[in-house]
Amino acid sequence: MSKDIRIKKGLNINLVGAAEQTTSKAVLSKVYALNLGDFHGVTPKMLVKQGAEIKAGEAIFFNKDNESMLFVSPVSGELIEIERGARRRILSLRILPDKEQEVLEHPIFDVQSASKDSIKAFLLKSGCWPFIKQRPYDIIANPDVNPKAIFISAFTTAPLAADADYVLQGKEKELQAAITALAKLTPGKVHLSVGASSSSTLSGLTGVELHKVSGPHPAGLVGTQINKIDPINKGEVVWTVTPQDLVIIGETLLTGKFNAERVVALVGSSVKNPKYYTTKIGAEVSTFLYGSGVNEDNIRVINGDVLTGSKSRPDGHLGFYNNTVTVIPEGDDYEFFGWNKPIFNKISATRALTFSWMQPNKKYKLDTNTNGEHRAFVVTGQYEKVFPLDIFPMQLLKACLVKDLDEMEQLGLYEVAPEDFSLTEFICISKQPHQQIIREGLDLLYKEIG
Amino acid sequence: MSDKRLTFKKRLHILKHHYRGKKMAPAFNAIHTFLFAPDETTHSGSHVRSADDLKRTMNTVIMALVPVLIFSMFNAGYQHFSALNGFPENFSVMDHFLTWDNFWIGIIKVLPLVVVSYGVGLLIEFIFAVIKGHEVEEGYLVTGMLVPLIVPIDTPLWMLAVAVVFGVVIGKEVFGGTGMNILNPALTIRAFLFFAYPTWMSGDKVWVYEARERAEQIADGATNVDAISGETVLGFLAQGKGAEMDAIYSTWDMFWGFIPGSVGETPTFLILLGGLFLVFSKIASWRIMLSAILGSLVMGLIFNGVVDQGWISQSSPFYGLMSFDFWKHLIVGGLAFGIVYMATDPVTGSQTNRGKWIYGFLIGFMSVMIRVFNPAYPEGVFLAILLMNVFAPTIDHYVVQGNIKKRLKRLNNATIFPKDSEGEAKELKAETV
Repeated sequence: MSKDIRIKKGLNINLVGAAEQTTSKAVLSKVYALNLGDFHGVTPKMLVKQGAEIKAGEAIFFNKDNESMLFVSPVSGELIEIERGARRRILSLRILPDKEQEVLEHPIFDVQSASKDSIKAFLLKSGCWPFIKQRPYDIIANPDVNPKAIFISAFTTAPLAADADYVLQGKEKELQAAITALAKLTPGKVHLSVGASSSSTLSGLTGVELHKVSGPHPAGLVGTQINKIDPINKGEVVWTVTPQDLVIIGETLLTGKFNAERVVALVGSSVKNPKYYTTKIGAEVSTFLYGSGVNEDNIRVINGDVLTGSKSRPDGHLGFYNNTVTVIPEGDDYEFFGWNKPIFNKISATRALTFSWMQPNKKYKLDTNTNGEHRAFVVTGQYEKVFPLDIFPMQLLKACLVKDLDEMEQLGLYEVAPEDFSLTEFICISKQPHQQIIREGLDLLYKEIG
Repeated sequence: MSDKRLTFKKRLHILKHHYRGKKMAPAFNAIHTFLFAPDETTHSGSHVRSADDLKRTMNTVIMALVPVLIFSMFNAGYQHFSALNGFPENFSVMDHFLTWDNFWIGIIKVLPLVVVSYGVGLLIEFIFAVIKGHEVEEGYLVTGMLVPLIVPIDTPLWMLAVAVVFGVVIGKEVFGGTGMNILNPALTIRAFLFFAYPTWMSGDKVWVYEARERAEQIADGATNVDAISGETVLGFLAQGKGAEMDAIYSTWDMFWGFIPGSVGETPTFLILLGGLFLVFSKIASWRIMLSAILGSLVMGLIFNGVVDQGWISQSSPFYGLMSFDFWKHLIVGGLAFGIVYMATDPVTGSQTNRGKWIYGFLIGFMSVMIRVFNPAYPEGVFLAILLMNVFAPTIDHYVVQGNIKKRLKRLNNATIFPKDSEGEAKELKAETV
């Protein structure tokens, strides 16, 4: 059964440097790394010591709050470094891969007839669990909770993000296995959204409620779809998984082996030949970045898309959840009378001597300049134009800023993740850090109530 | 590209680092960012940002005000000479309005108001920024332009300076600066002038240059000067001299703005263009503008209806203004100016889209009401906007409550799957919160 969702409010950010639909194999990475910052809210407890030999798929650490939740190594090799920061907090784990890869094997079972508990235990043990995230709080799902539904968005609207239809080609078997397994973990439905014009093979999957989504960004964000399909109420929990992570879950279920391989889009105006690469979680970005070539020296490497990704470096590593790496020029330069001259080469949500409205399909080359200074909230009514959720964005942001827990709850903080505020952050005239404000609000709410 | 500019840019960059962390840093940064958009890059969240910032936003409003300012400079002279010599027969814009003589009066009377407004206001902004260690914010760029346009032309400069100090300090800075104020700063300044110096700010002698001076000379016994009367349209109407006014000003005069009044409030046509520009550029709220126009028309229609029904006698002090055609309220006095440039202030206005409709409507409605019932000073716009500024948070509160109630209702109808250790979901009806 298919239901259509049409999003009207939003803004497509068309950038130069979309990936060409060809996939190359990235060269092998010399070192792999897990960035602990990817697992928000997890306090790691190490299972192996520095210098230990580990197999691919073998657990390296677990979640202090839930000992059954294991985090595994993407490759086999030696754990060469546990990088620690202030108060000995673990920042990242670096693994030197073996020439001959050894993979930890789990006994496989029939997903179709397996019980809920055995699936849960398998996902936790095999290292697949961290792919499942929950709302509220936008953290790794709590395995002890029954989610009212599971949401999967296979519709891509984020700027330059890897095209779900392309990267999922030929993965139907894995996707089906993962969906069959996940469907047992919820008494509700598994909602799968695809683009309205998509001819995706995903539409053939069974055990899901299929939604055809159309409209500008953020129509592809799972938060937008949740809000339109089955909004979260206080006390309810939904889980979300991205389709590329479903593939890994599915393959692990089918083969018993954790395979950290995924197809990654290397995009952005600073990339000479933007295209897709097959690589593994934790691989060095440079293993495929320099294969495609870069156009300038002063670049920003982003793990993810330009709106929600995290800052990285050419010698940084592919994030646990990312299947897009964006490279754009840094914007650390002044612009003479930048605030009052007509602007033709940047995207704007207004028409205040900015002319991007005249060419809605033009592709822009944006840099990381903030295009103005941080200010108090002044202008109103702008966010609502690009924010399709039934929530008052500015009022919610202000509630988070003043730490008013009641109001945060009442205005719908349970329903959102920081990424839902990435577009309002992009257009914000006062250059307020929306995603950070929402993140801190969620953390506070989790600490006080969750 | 000249090397000179590059070195200038570099020199400023070095200076910026020199001032970093020092007391005068905000003052330097204000000037630096005026010349160059800063080299700041994104750190968290979205890595790219749209081209708009607060400076650009404020600059757009100023651009919408510039035609009004230029017109008002000519009009200052035009009203002055017309009061002296009578209105020209066969009026032509080129021969009688856009003349150097007229403009000169603008330069000596209007420009000083602009200079004092910006000078005093920005000085206070800089002082507060340096004391409190925050950046100089752009709010005053618009306020500083609005203030000279909404005061009578003969306002003494010292009086304006005092009012600006009051308006910026009490109206804005005590609340925390731009974005935090409750009342529109420009209107706070205007209200201060009106209530602190009421004898100066009303009557028929402040709207035209020299009118007051001459009245004083005549009172002192001078016989070689003629009195200048600079009664505004609303002034005439309030005194029941509608017929007299009709003989002097045509409806088109009111629309184009060739009438006396506060410096920049008269050119309805240019204000309309400015408003359209602001709506087109998506800077000002069309909801507020449209609903305020509707509100004033509705109130005007009600008053016209009262007159048509014969519920009010011609001798009533309210008759003149009540019988004034309802739509003409929009082209006289400060109503159009207030609706386009002041009611749409995003900080002090309603912040929700639904709230904006209510807020705007009530501004239009009350402006005309105050105008008609307060003949001593027949201008209600600034009071109506200030009043609604106070009520805007209340309006928003109820709009937001609507969203909260909707969410609660959804929650009450929801089925909650509780946490359970057995692994079997139990359906429970959610408790009422």
